[in-house]
Amino acid sequence: MDTRESAPEQRLSKPARLASGLAFGVCFGFLLQKGGVAKFEILIGALLLEDFTVFEVMLSAILVGMLGVHILHARGLVELHIKPTRYAANIIGGLVFGAGFALSAYCPGTGAAALGQGNYDALAMMTGMVAGSYLFAEASAWLARRVEPIGDRGELTLPQLTSVPKAVWVWGLGAVLIVVLALLKTASPS
Amino acid sequence: MNEFMIDPGSTPAAWPPMLVGALLGVLVMLTLVVANRTLGASSAYATIAGLIGRALAPRHTQSLGYFKKKTPALDWGLMLVTGVVAGAFLAAWSGGELTGRWLPPMWVARFGPEVWPRLATAFAGGVLMAFGARLAGGCTSGHGISGTLQLSVGSWLSVICFFLGGMAVAFPIYRW
Repeated sequence: MDTRESAPEQRLSKPARLASGLAFGVCFGFLLQKGGVAKFEILIGALLLEDFTVFEVMLSAILVGMLGVHILHARGLVELHIKPTRYAANIIGGLVFGAGFALSAYCPGTGAAALGQGNYDALAMMTGMVAGSYLFAEASAWLARRVEPIGDRGELTLPQLTSVPKAVWVWGLGAVLIVVLALLKTASPS
Repeated sequence: MNEFMIDPGSTPAAWPPMLVGALLGVLVMLTLVVANRTLGASSAYATIAGLIGRALAPRHTQSLGYFKKKTPALDWGLMLVTGVVAGAFLAAWSGGELTGRWLPPMWVARFGPEVWPRLATAFAGGVLMAFGARLAGGCTSGHGISGTLQLSVGSWLSVICFFLGGMAVAFPIYRW
């Protein structure tokens, strides 16, 4: 279904769109810091499975966002933005990202929040992100030829992959996430 | 334990993490309705890299595949990450959690008080994260929250690999 004509983006002028990015960023950063995920110990604690704060934040965001976006989309109020599934690129890129995450302790969003909170070491991570982005651009033509086509499935969703109706996935996964969140709460190591 | 308790950056989350997560879910809904965008942080750094590259080596930068597909310009994503810095400052300031330091206590406890090893490690981590995020197509917010909640297969696969890769490196660094 094409909702592009009524898409809200077209109604916002460019300055308004940029201003909305800034405003949403302020909300995003405010929430990240209040949720504790701008803190070095909490982020490393997630990777060491000693602190579940990161998982609680992410899974509850997925739960609420999934149900909300599903309902908004069903009513034609929003467009979806599904990133392409490319098995090799997702797996290799994902593992490389994870290794970098463990080294810097901050991920791209939480690192910006960490800087705002006063963790100046995040500046080194952010500088590295800029350098790494350029490095990727240098390799991007080769990667697009040799790696990205491997297992390229396009905009694939779990309902399509499993041939299970989307509503079943949304409400079923929602129930699973509620159970997992409840277990995280009771099993929280700290 | 007590030294950690008095450090403002090492306290537990100020707000209940599940409340924050739920509000982040609402935020994704709002960004879709208002700006037709999803939350994602990593591409902002690529935009900065492209803008710097275009200033220093315009012809070479424009010849690179990634920047041909995505022309670097001041865009929504860059404004978003700028806002994140400001919003986190407001949150930390309002909650008395401003840290103002170069070294996290957990790092000092493990590796000592030298600043440069931490900066070099964080820089190297940033390089790997940017490369990995661009290859995978997103980061912990773009794939990990915005992509997973739209049930994208690649996003679920990527976020699982983020944490597997992270654990494989974090355990040797901090626990062996």
